[in-house]
Amino acid sequence: MDQFAVKVFVRLRPSVLDPAGEATKSASIKLGAEGIKSLRIGKMIEVKIEGNGENEVREKIDLLCDRLFANTVIEDYEYSLEKL
Amino acid sequence: MDNFTVGVVVFPGSNCDRDVSWALEGCLDIRTKYLWHESSDLSDVDAIVLPGGFSYGDYLRCGAIARFSPLINALDEFVKSGKRVLGICNGFQILTESGFLPGALVANKNLNFICDDVELDIVSSKGGWFNNVDEKQTIKLPIAHGEGRYHCDSDTLKKLVDNELIALRYKNNPNGSSFDIAGITNEKGNVLGLMPHPERACDETIGGTDGLFTLKSLILK
Repeated sequence: MDQFAVKVFVRLRPSVLDPAGEATKSASIKLGAEGIKSLRIGKMIEVKIEGNGENEVREKIDLLCDRLFANTVIEDYEYSLEKL
Repeated sequence: MDNFTVGVVVFPGSNCDRDVSWALEGCLDIRTKYLWHESSDLSDVDAIVLPGGFSYGDYLRCGAIARFSPLINALDEFVKSGKRVLGICNGFQILTESGFLPGALVANKNLNFICDDVELDIVSSKGGWFNNVDEKQTIKLPIAHGEGRYHCDSDTLKKLVDNELIALRYKNNPNGSSFDIAGITNEKGNVLGLMPHPERACDETIGGTDGLFTLKSLILK
């Protein structure tokens, strides 16, 4: 069995308003940061997972992302995978 | 009728289960039974309410974890049989997460948790949930949510409009919901999800009775 470290990034789709991102953008500007064009908040999920090779692990992660980690009505996801 | 029993689902973090039960039993004389989320036996209930609250602490997304409970798994067959399911607030979020209703509920536009009474237009009484109200009439129900902004893509919205699946629209949109949507039904009409709380409007002494009819509609065939 191989072990992998997976980082999943879940983001609100561009068409979905992100009020928390807007509020943070506003605070960033108040802090004096200049030039911020856009600020959106997502989630990062770290998973350690075992499986027989990368393909099998990718299948499991695809299922998790599609069914649980992200709601694809409002969110997109992508992930990176590193063999430990 | 005498034996008609409404199952009120209890998740860890539900907090409107007792209110729903009180409104049904105390105001409408309808028998209720609490259903723990780990149960998948729905054989002795005739309708189901998914109450408001914060199931599983709203971890990940509202309703996202509740969706995987044995009870929600068993709900598919219950819905297909034509029995009625009412999802209120967090219950509505669970119904969208689990795919019984289209769209999703996301953070309110102004990021506030809003507790207020809102005026609602009845758009469709599909399923008979709002049959008491004349067409285009308004009702008043309380809302209490931080993530009640209904969102769907334009194709879904068109489908909702064309098939008369929009049950309720806010008169003054409090949370930024697409098309002012406050509640929708499935195509058959036996599943209703709404953000406002009908169980909190069942007695004049607590501010109104506009929620009574919708709860009473649970016993419709």
